[in-house]
Amino acid sequence: MTTSSPQAAGQRAGMKKELPEHFRSYKHVWVFIEFEHGRIHPVSLELLGEGRKLADKLGVELAGVLLGSGADSLDDATRNCFAYGADVVYRVEHPVLAQYRNQPYTKVMTELVEKFQPEIMLLGATVLGRDLAGSVATTLKTGLTADCTELAIDDERSLAATRPTFGGSLLCTIHTLNYRPQMATVRPRVMAMPRPEEGREGRVVVYTPELEEERIITKVLDFLPDDAAEASGLAFADIVVAGGMGLRSEENIQLVRQLASVLGGDWGGSRPLVQKGWIAADRQIGQTGKTIRPKLYIAAGISGAIQHRVGVEGADMIVAINTDPNAPIFDFAHLGVVSDAVALLPVLTEAFRQRLLVNRMAG
Amino acid sequence: MRIFVCIKQVPDSAQIRVHPVTNTIMRQGVPTIINPYDLFGLEEALRLRDRFGGEVTVLSMGPPMASESLRKALGYGADRGLLLTDRFFAGSDTLATSYALSRLIEKAAEEQGMPHIVFCGKQTIDGDTAQVGPGIAQRLGLSQLTYVSAIDAVDPEQGTITVRRRADHGVQVLSSRLPAMITMLEGSNQIRRGTQNDVLRAARSDITQWNAAGVGIEDLSLCGLRGSPTVVKRVFAPSVRSEKATIVSSESGVSATASALIEAILERQPALETDLLEQASGY
Ligand SMILES: Cc1cc2nc3c(=O)[nH]c(=O)nc-3n(C[C@H](O)[C@H](O)[C@H](O)COP(=O)(O)OP(=O)(O)OC[C@H]3O[C@@H](n4cnc5c(N)ncnc54)[C@H](O)[C@@H]3O)c2cc1C
Repeated sequence: MTTSSPQAAGQRAGMKKELPEHFRSYKHVWVFIEFEHGRIHPVSLELLGEGRKLADKLGVELAGVLLGSGADSLDDATRNCFAYGADVVYRVEHPVLAQYRNQPYTKVMTELVEKFQPEIMLLGATVLGRDLAGSVATTLKTGLTADCTELAIDDERSLAATRPTFGGSLLCTIHTLNYRPQMATVRPRVMAMPRPEEGREGRVVVYTPELEEERIITKVLDFLPDDAAEASGLAFADIVVAGGMGLRSEENIQLVRQLASVLGGDWGGSRPLVQKGWIAADRQIGQTGKTIRPKLYIAAGISGAIQHRVGVEGADMIVAINTDPNAPIFDFAHLGVVSDAVALLPVLTEAFRQRLLVNRMAG
Repeated sequence: MRIFVCIKQVPDSAQIRVHPVTNTIMRQGVPTIINPYDLFGLEEALRLRDRFGGEVTVLSMGPPMASESLRKALGYGADRGLLLTDRFFAGSDTLATSYALSRLIEKAAEEQGMPHIVFCGKQTIDGDTAQVGPGIAQRLGLSQLTYVSAIDAVDPEQGTITVRRRADHGVQVLSSRLPAMITMLEGSNQIRRGTQNDVLRAARSDITQWNAAGVGIEDLSLCGLRGSPTVVKRVFAPSVRSEKATIVSSESGVSATASALIEAILERQPALETDLLEQASGY
């Protein structure tokens, strides 16, 4: 129930003023390092970049929290955390932590927070991150904001976590005023990947948890890796072409694919196309799909709803093709064409092909 | 088998507006549905009941009108519906919601016995946080199994369960113990059409309603706005870029427009042409 009376809203604003005494010692910014199959999930490195900014603004340390097993790969991951901006790495090594399971990870994260008391904790909004964040926030009885698109520190040193709100084109900024840590998740590719600084050093804090395999209820019987060839490279493509409901039919998706192919890019679409079954779910671009940061994004027949916008705003250049000159997408696109995408796309594809051909011959 | 399914009534369309003064969401007049993600849990629950016998209870927290969604769930074949409704719950965030729902589950368990499985939606279409299921699991000490694409085996007597779970980069096969909180992945099944009997029964059934006191909540500071650590400070429209999109057009037809667009793109991003050529030469 998100409905509330004006009275209630006023009451709330007045009520949550001061941070209770026992939370005042909570300090520093933490990033949960998602470490699986010997590698750090890129979202954790993106969060170190973002966490660095928050920590600098607050004048505190940035820590990576690294759980796993296997000394060598953890050494490697620790070095990476420092290279990407961490001052401290909390390192927890235990055979029980070899593969992610909710119960031991929740236990260790809860203990770490209670012992070392961070003021902010960031996690990737991945399958793992969402599974863990919801549990840890509950054991700690603190606030958690999902899928943030912007993080900032306000004048009162509080974390301002902005996310799209449903229904129309609105964003909301959420605070956790009198609980600590302030927790937030961020989807992959929403924050920019920082540039690593090789050889950068930091402090390692080793924490030894009490874990026994016999007490862990859930066992991993098997792991069936995805076929890497089938996974789309959409999130990392330099050029992305996408279609929306303006394409009008499933057949016209090929117009988007053809342009993407000529440009050597990847392709996707808005959520309604997934809901209609015209494109696969992993082709969806936006808040509940993929976030992309290409050099060039071409959106054909997409209105530019906030949930779509937040997934594409990191693009260097956004080009919109839409019949409606008042479509919201023109508010954030760099270039626009008011035109029927179904007619323009094939012509544009051919024109690009010609252009590349001519230049190639000239070169 | 005793199975509980938590459902949420959500607005059907994206046509929701925000109160200009309080910045809270106005739901009046917007048609409602059962959160689509919850239906995958409901269908899985009904299948388990068909196999093992027992009962499926649907539970919800919401305004009194949320009983409509519970009734709808009975129409699909659920056996009973319980609604937790009280003005003290207004403005609940996910922490306060998981508190209230876990009390409702405990209340129902007092009467029916502890459920073997509690299904929750993977996330809702309105809040989209995916936090309430894990919150309930944590509070009630249930095994937490999220993003489940299939239940391979379950033995209510032995209290064991084996599931497939969608993880990043692959599928985990997990064995665990009951009672468990499960969120089903979308597409893992499809909600059935209720039988005519179910639909008739749904129309006649009473939805049991509880208020906060009824489920034994004494400390109201754990509920609603007061029990919510997160505070929405501001709701706002995204900023319009200082210049709107430069509109490229040509009077002389589609071809000319396409050329003009390519010129405009490459003029702003000259590096793209080199990139494109490099790729093209790779053909
Ligand atoms: C919780 C939640 C999460 C969501 N997540 C996502 C997400 O991840 N990604 C996402 O995309 N959406 C998401 N949505 C949906 C989002 O709100 C919009 O409904 C959706 O993006 C609209 O898709 P669209 O632009 O393709 O369709 P529409 O909004 O129907 O727009 C179609 C556009 O095409 C134009 N048009 C029509 N004919 C033509 C033509 N011949 N040529 C050119 N243009 C034409 C129209 O002017 C219009 O602007 C989410 C919604 C919710 C509530």
